[in-house]
Amino acid sequence: MAAFLINSLGLPDWLAWTVTAVVAAVLILHVIAGGALVFIWAERKIAARIQDRLGPTRTGGRFGWLQSLADGIKLLAKEDLMPEGADGLLFRIAPYVSFCASFCAFIALPFAFDFVGQRLNVGVFFVVAVLGLEVFGVILAGYASASKWSLFGAMREAAQVVSYEVPLGMCVVVPVMLAGSMDLVTIAEKQGGWFTSWYLFHDPFTFVIFWVYVTCAVASVNRAPFDLAEAESELVAGFHTEYSGLRWSFFFMAEYGSMFLVSALAAVLFLGGWNGPIPVARLLGLSEGTGDTAGYFVRLLGCGNLLLKATLGVLIMMWVRWTLPRLRIDQVMTTCLKYCTPIAAAMFAGAMLWQLALPGGLIRGLPAWLSRPAGEVREGWLEGPGGLPAGRGGARAASPSVVRVLP
Amino acid sequence: MNQAIFAGFVTAGWGPTFAAGFLSAPVGVAHYLVVGAVLFTAGVVCMVVKRNALGVLMGIELVLNGANVNFVAFASPDLRGGGTPALGLDGQAIALFVILLAAAEAAVALAITLNFYNNHATVDVDRADELKG
Amino acid sequence: MIAVMAPGVLAPGVVGQGGMPWGLLPLAAVNWHAAFFMLFAALACACAVAVVLADNVVRMAFYLVLSLGATAGLFFLAGAEFIGAMQLMIYVGGTLVLLVFGVMLTAQAPFVAIKPSSGDKVLAGMVGAALLAVLLQAAFRVEAWRRPSVAAPVAAAPSATPLGMALLGIRVDEPPSGAVGTRGGYLLPFEIVSVHLLVVLVGAAYLARAKRRRTPRSIDAAASAVSVQERPAGPAGVPLASGGRR
Repeated sequence: MAAFLINSLGLPDWLAWTVTAVVAAVLILHVIAGGALVFIWAERKIAARIQDRLGPTRTGGRFGWLQSLADGIKLLAKEDLMPEGADGLLFRIAPYVSFCASFCAFIALPFAFDFVGQRLNVGVFFVVAVLGLEVFGVILAGYASASKWSLFGAMREAAQVVSYEVPLGMCVVVPVMLAGSMDLVTIAEKQGGWFTSWYLFHDPFTFVIFWVYVTCAVASVNRAPFDLAEAESELVAGFHTEYSGLRWSFFFMAEYGSMFLVSALAAVLFLGGWNGPIPVARLLGLSEGTGDTAGYFVRLLGCGNLLLKATLGVLIMMWVRWTLPRLRIDQVMTTCLKYCTPIAAAMFAGAMLWQLALPGGLIRGLPAWLSRPAGEVREGWLEGPGGLPAGRGGARAASPSVVRVLP
Repeated sequence: MNQAIFAGFVTAGWGPTFAAGFLSAPVGVAHYLVVGAVLFTAGVVCMVVKRNALGVLMGIELVLNGANVNFVAFASPDLRGGGTPALGLDGQAIALFVILLAAAEAAVALAITLNFYNNHATVDVDRADELKG
Repeated sequence: MIAVMAPGVLAPGVVGQGGMPWGLLPLAAVNWHAAFFMLFAALACACAVAVVLADNVVRMAFYLVLSLGATAGLFFLAGAEFIGAMQLMIYVGGTLVLLVFGVMLTAQAPFVAIKPSSGDKVLAGMVGAALLAVLLQAAFRVEAWRRPSVAAPVAAAPSATPLGMALLGIRVDEPPSGAVGTRGGYLLPFEIVSVHLLVVLVGAAYLARAKRRRTPRSIDAAASAVSVQERPAGPAGVPLASGGRR
């Protein structure tokens, strides 16, 4: 977009980059805020239907579409409370710390081939790292509220998030190993084509790792059945007991933002990212690497694909929340340390051995339009000067020569 | 009309001086070293002054981070002028090992502090004087 | 967007490519790399000083989190993306969470704000000022460090793969001009650090294990009062004292 601004409007460089950055930041903010609005309404409707009732039906027509808006207006108008013994600075800043951590992780998330805030070479690592920073907002909120329920809830939630980062990291390493890069754009690119090239269907170990990832991601964002720390029946409301109004809504936006983020991350890592199950663009002869309007349309289609997959992930999280009973804290820790971590480690070893033994896939002799490129494809820049190979879209079969480190 | 507004800004004078002086000077290794120096000094003063054992630990973290900033600054080839080559990957590898070792050392220091707290019900380092001769 | 173009100072009246007089805008040219560096550096330094000056240990921990987060931003700006992400994940997201847990566990009312004596503070201030003076003058010593050869850095070279391969002992990065000799990998330090972390894990878990503290109830207090007289005395005839804590 910056190139467009520089070339056609004649803006000076620095102004073009400023405008591009502001537009990107505002778009991401709208994804989170708009998403939170839609997801809150969806949660209430889904919860209602699962519990055999109707949910909001009055605000904004028969389906209560404006219910979230009404909730937002109510929250803005609430009294701004702070408990008496609370630490003023920490109490005020905690929701924003949580929200910033959730927002910053969207910087490295690619929505389509060129729709990424900052294309980081260590994209996956950055996203997982920043997700783990959300725990600071929780701890500060729990401590600064000067209430024992808040402190207990905050400590439990922090322990849970930090413990589940370990199996989450191991689950995330498997697609990185398959793609040969931590760059999220590269990982999603490698899954182009038909849905059979998604990493979910790459080998049975990756399939199991996907479900372990789902478990760890749900635990990481403190959603049911792992929401012990903020459950009403357990600790009043956990760390956000003393929060009301706009500050509470920031915590909620951070939670829904994180849910959307881990779903989008699952989509990029395992479900092909912006590639649909049928490569419509490739069949039509369009390529997403070109800069003209056809390429833009293809990228828009890809963005829609990713948003759809991420939304499905969030809806499934909501479905699970209202179906399964809550786990106790010792059950949560047991699941992490006795089940998720060993399974993730074993599946990682299995996926590694599979990749060594059967690099071309299990079924040989598939037609060209259904198969993946054989051999390990590492980043092309290792071979010589210059960066990654130019020309995506149709050039996957003609990858440059790879460097095989292992014989 | 717009031109008049822009001309007004320019004649106000704050723009060019601000931009030209402060924000458009490129950043070299020396700027990073200044940040590293401030972090290191703050860490040393923190270690000296604080009586809370965890405060001393925070000082140690600041010291290690100051050193890391220096290493990363020396590792980048884009920050230095002509002449001496950058450390390159070696600087980044050293910073990596410093981070790992700092994490290990913080874990052990915290375990010791917690043990001390469990035995003496205080984290004041001035009370840790039972071996005093 | 951080990888920005070379700035030039646009003189007023410069007409851009599209024919519009953008050069009349007041901010003549903003070197975004320098601007973000100033932001992160100011945040890191200010929060480091705040750690020293704060009295409340929880606030100290919070300022430390901000300072180390800003340092991670500085790492990203210097092109060390892997180290920046690692700082965020391990240092801020791991070590500092551990530290904050420790703070919470020991943040009882008397220890939350322990003040040092003013003599200590003056002495520390003098030592700190002297150290800062020495380091600052060393920072500006070398001519090559003051001004980079490129006005603003281009996109950072990918840093994860060469670092990963170096940790396995294979160096794939290009040697800087003028370097002689072969460069070694980091396989041995990598293995040592792995074992070191395992040892630290076991050791810290053992050191910080929960010991049962015996709080005397009324019956036990009476029983222990009886048994104190029968307990063997130490060398000086004084009953051994430390039995109550274990």
